[in-house]
Amino acid sequence: MPDRAPPAIAPIVDATSITMSLGGRTILEELSFQVARGEVFAIMGASGAGKSTLLRTLAGLAPPVTGHIRLFERDIYALPARELFALRKRIGVAFQGGALLSALTVIENVELPLRLNTQLDPATIRIMAHLKLELLNLRQVDHLYPSQLSGGMAKRVSLARAVVMDPELVLFDEPAGGLDRQNAAELDALILKLRAAMKCSFVVVTHALDSALGIADRILIIADGRALALGTPAEIRAQDDSRIATMFGRMDAALPAERTAYLDRLTDGL
Amino acid sequence: MVCDGRSMNPLRYLHQRIAGLGAMGLFLIHVLRVLPAPAARAGMLAKQIVHIGSRSMGLMLIAGACVGAMLSVQLFDTLTRFGSPSMLGAAVAMSLIRELGPVLAALIVLGRAGSMLTAEIAGMRASQQIDALTCMAIDPLAYLMVPRLLACVVSLPLLTALFDVAGLAGGALVSVLSFSGSASLFIDSAANGIVADDIRMGLTKSLVFAALIAWICLGKGYLGTALRGTEDVSRVSADAVVIASIAILGTDYLLSALMS
Repeated sequence: MPDRAPPAIAPIVDATSITMSLGGRTILEELSFQVARGEVFAIMGASGAGKSTLLRTLAGLAPPVTGHIRLFERDIYALPARELFALRKRIGVAFQGGALLSALTVIENVELPLRLNTQLDPATIRIMAHLKLELLNLRQVDHLYPSQLSGGMAKRVSLARAVVMDPELVLFDEPAGGLDRQNAAELDALILKLRAAMKCSFVVVTHALDSALGIADRILIIADGRALALGTPAEIRAQDDSRIATMFGRMDAALPAERTAYLDRLTDGL
Repeated sequence: MVCDGRSMNPLRYLHQRIAGLGAMGLFLIHVLRVLPAPAARAGMLAKQIVHIGSRSMGLMLIAGACVGAMLSVQLFDTLTRFGSPSMLGAAVAMSLIRELGPVLAALIVLGRAGSMLTAEIAGMRASQQIDALTCMAIDPLAYLMVPRLLACVVSLPLLTALFDVAGLAGGALVSVLSFSGSASLFIDSAANGIVADDIRMGLTKSLVFAALIAWICLGKGYLGTALRGTEDVSRVSADAVVIASIAILGTDYLLSALMS
């Protein structure tokens, strides 16, 4: 695995020697990586490789067995509860299934962090929430409840809620999971659009190699609980590893040219 | 020892139970600590009172009237044997206000709203809604638990009062229709037979039962960290109702013994 030099300025995420276990089984071992400001960083691996668990760890929801997670140069698992609470306001998390509050409408879901974490008046909050919904092409569904949304829409609403506080770091679990190619490509394009508009960093967990190659500045591939490869898409492609070669072989066979063209069209001018 | 379909070492089972109790204790402490938190807005509280309280009102009226009527029938016989059928109103009122009203109203609220609370919170846990709140820097205890706890504590004593009134009305009706008694005699007897201590005991019991229902039902839903789907959610809800029922009956005995 290439050992890449840390970014010149302080990384927004600094994970050092992370070991995680689930149900007594070690699923991640001695994993280290950094994410630079403004970077889209993809974490890849097969189903059950521990990608989502790693994202939960980055979000401060599941402490690692060993190792440290530093966000904004602060060790999140050594922070007092109050400071961790303040730090969370700088992070947005979009969950795989959306995790939208089922009792609230789309607009109420998106407004929620602003309503409870700021002193803004309701009219300003409504405008800010609408801006984010418009950015994600969701203005027309703002009155619907989560149960009335498709999987792709729920993911986009979850992303709108994650970015409504203008976070510096967005963690996104499986944007392409459960979506058809067109919806997945649309969501990928929205990630790039948001990064360009908000200058925030993204850590995206995905099992879709084509999606990772389309949006990520760097990719971390996890296999058998360890980092198999870490680098830019071009560096990953150049890796001399049969498992990676197999992944690319499958993708090249499956990736339709129109999807690439579609992505190019959507991201054109960002 | 069998747990979740697999046999389990008794020591491990005991360890899990003790750890579970400890987690429930910590959950209560954390909820009480955030009780005055601003996330517990008046709007949320009102919504939960409607959810938990007002939708149980019809049930309370029907159940209360039936229990009052039953008490009238049972107690009239006994009182007649001792030559004091005129005490029927007082006997029905005391039974309802001190004992049956708080316990039965609590069990009805538990069956209707308690199981719903557990399923709702456990469902939110399973679908990562609680994690999402945490990630949004919103304390799920303050946002979800406090309004529900307060709604239980506000609603149950009022529902118990409704149950008692319906019970007295049911008792008076049976007294008039079945035993040719007088409604005013029944009401006078009830009014004279009840003292402030009876009402205090009934109120204390319903407040404690409300706190127990909220604590157990919300705690079981919130602490179900390994919930995978609807089957787990329904299992946790059933567990919560069983545990809360036993807790209500056990606490009823303790409070009766302490306050009598």
